[in-house]
Amino acid sequence: MIPELGHYALVLALFVALVQSVPPLVGAATRNGAWMNVAVPAAIAQMLLVLLAYAALTWAHVVSDFSVLNVVQNSHSAKPMLYKVSGVWGNHEGSMMLWIVMLTIFGAAVAVFGRNLPPTLKARVLAVQGLIGVGFLLFILITSNPFIRVIPAPLDGNDLNPLLQDPGLAFHPPFLYAGYVGFSMAFSFAVAALIEGRVDPAWARWVRPWTLAAWSTLTMGIAMGSWWAYYELGWGGWWYWDPVENASFMPWLAGTALLHSAIVVEKRDALKSWTILLAIVTFSLSLMGTFLVRSGILTSVHAFAVDPKRGIFILVLLAIATGGSLLLYSLRAPSLKAGGLFAPISREGALVLNNLLLSTATATVFIGTLYPLFLDIMKLGKVSVGAPFFNATFLPVAIPMVIAMVVGPFLSWKRADLGSALTRLWVAGVAVVAAVAVTAYVKAGSGPLLALVGIGIAAWAFVGSLVEFADRIALFRTSFRNSWNRAVHLPRSAWGMTIAHACVGLSILGMTGTSAWQTESISAMKPGDRASVAGYEFRFDGVGLVDGPNFKAERGTFTVTKDGRQIATLEPERRSYSTTRMTTTESAIHTTVFSDLYVALGDPTQNGTAWIVRIYHHPLVPWIWIGGIGMMLGGLVSLTDRRFRIGAPERRRMAGKTGDKSAPLPAE
Amino acid sequence: MTRKKRRLYMLGLALLGLGSATALALTAFQDNIVFFYSPSQLQTQQVGDRNFRLGGLVEEGSVQKQPDGVTTAFRVTDTANTVSVRYRGQLPDLFREGQGVVAEGRMTGGVFVAREVLAKHDENYMPPEVSEALKQAGVYKNPAESATKTAKKE
Repeated sequence: MIPELGHYALVLALFVALVQSVPPLVGAATRNGAWMNVAVPAAIAQMLLVLLAYAALTWAHVVSDFSVLNVVQNSHSAKPMLYKVSGVWGNHEGSMMLWIVMLTIFGAAVAVFGRNLPPTLKARVLAVQGLIGVGFLLFILITSNPFIRVIPAPLDGNDLNPLLQDPGLAFHPPFLYAGYVGFSMAFSFAVAALIEGRVDPAWARWVRPWTLAAWSTLTMGIAMGSWWAYYELGWGGWWYWDPVENASFMPWLAGTALLHSAIVVEKRDALKSWTILLAIVTFSLSLMGTFLVRSGILTSVHAFAVDPKRGIFILVLLAIATGGSLLLYSLRAPSLKAGGLFAPISREGALVLNNLLLSTATATVFIGTLYPLFLDIMKLGKVSVGAPFFNATFLPVAIPMVIAMVVGPFLSWKRADLGSALTRLWVAGVAVVAAVAVTAYVKAGSGPLLALVGIGIAAWAFVGSLVEFADRIALFRTSFRNSWNRAVHLPRSAWGMTIAHACVGLSILGMTGTSAWQTESISAMKPGDRASVAGYEFRFDGVGLVDGPNFKAERGTFTVTKDGRQIATLEPERRSYSTTRMTTTESAIHTTVFSDLYVALGDPTQNGTAWIVRIYHHPLVPWIWIGGIGMMLGGLVSLTDRRFRIGAPERRRMAGKTGDKSAPLPAE
Repeated sequence: MTRKKRRLYMLGLALLGLGSATALALTAFQDNIVFFYSPSQLQTQQVGDRNFRLGGLVEEGSVQKQPDGVTTAFRVTDTANTVSVRYRGQLPDLFREGQGVVAEGRMTGGVFVAREVLAKHDENYMPPEVSEALKQAGVYKNPAESATKTAKKE
């Protein structure tokens, strides 16, 4: 009964979504207030109905209702509760349900919090959101209905893929989807603005918080996925340039560009049509990511779902959304009035450079991801494009981007002096030289030259961002108390920027460290054997048997010592899941601030007295994710900025100029 | 600076970016694309010491652990032809005789020395390249017919 209720709610949601889109569009065109206002209750109703449907599916999973096909295929009565709940989105149908849940929550949020939006803009934004909802609800109902019953019901389910039964992966999809779908807000605002024929600083101010929120959650989602791929042995490490990873990385890159160009619209009323285009592109890349993953057309380690009908449906959705919005763009963009002028060397110029480099980076990832597909379709052979390609194309763009990232905030709007900006960055320059010299001395030339570049860039980004902050609060130039006051009164968006930019440096530090100086040892070890990696000694104490809820595991015990002092006990496992007849390797990791010690237990050797043991020393690797979390926090801090909270953004020129007079430079 | 001039600058910069991205991509493609071959294709293909991916089924009864305990020798087959493979390291969880496998590495003295062995899928799943290779050798059976379960990750 409850699954039917869920199904019914989903069908109702489809019709409510239609009501949310068509009448408000007509109403906005004819200035009919009543028709426009339909969008608000419709958006809320759609969210409630979709939530109801989602709750029904979750209920079926939680009580293990094996008369529902989706539960049979992805659950098992002995599965731990956490994975019963996360298993709802651990499969195709459920993940699309999660997608639409996120979409309607964003839509309802605009309906509830967008009181100060001009009525026509609000109606159109909600209508576009409603249209996206229509597309995806149709997709679920026609190709991926999660509520299909099986008769007779089997006694137990097939269990969730054990690889997905992991806390890191349990929460990876919701964050990722919140990010993907969050960009739909920027898209809806862009399309609505095109229909309105009007883009101004107030518009940018409405778009920015949504973009920031989406960007922050996407950052978190990518970081979690990367962390999972790192500790799940054999998945390829923290970043594999796998098409599915790239599918989430492209919207992130484009979203980062959007985040920055929206600042120019808000502060200087320039770059308007470019920002609109970026909003369209960013969401299109999110849709494309969904298509790539969901259609199974990728020769990917992830693309398990092979169902052409679904792929074609999403492709058509993508074509309508992207094609339609680009058509609208080509019709309307020329009529958008260009705003403030600026010299090439200026804050605007720096942000344009940021945008150009980020777009170029997106393009290289795009080419590398789609080229193999293109060759395959043209029957020109099967190829794969991996890390060497992306290192050769992405890094040459990323490196100048990070260098410029530090200089940009020192430039003033309109016209700036590059020389004086660089002079003020002398501390960062010293830090770069010191970091490179120390690294070269300590590592004595081991590792590639690129590693030194990486360390230098990391130091530049981290120290340079802090120098900018110090400069802004006039540290050491005035009394400490005065600086403190300035720091406290600095806009939150300035804090956010410093945190996020500095954390880019931390992530680069981690990436460089583990790529250049990782050491590993593979050996067959008997209990009592010792192995030595990077100055740490690992003693293998033996293997015991452990029973889990839906698996049996062999658990090895390793004692790690350094210079005779015990540091950690590591217990890697090999789990066998009986239902799926799969084995997973659960590595054990000991994290210090400077490195990870990583042990994985492999197969027993043929006579059964020894096990293959893989031991890694990953220097600096934790900083990749510390940096990732920091970037997300930076985004969230910026989101709490006063002007987003109270700033009933009014439509007037130069809306950003009323803020903090005490700061030498405007926020951002 | 006039609006027109600014636009010209922006356009020039954008073109420069696009041009350099294309140039980078093209040069990188030349060196860094990894081709996929099945054992049958290897019979006719000149690979030299290029890096490539080899895919097929792990031949039944061919897996042998070497005395050092960490090197494994096995044969990859598409049932028409076979190639001997050597790999030092820990095999993925899903590596099994009779199952699909993709290995990346190069030919050294008639043996494919794998740098990496990929078998990242559940027990019903076959990498697309492998099923394609088997289809060409004419022995493909759709694994999905017997399977009710697919696994996904995004």
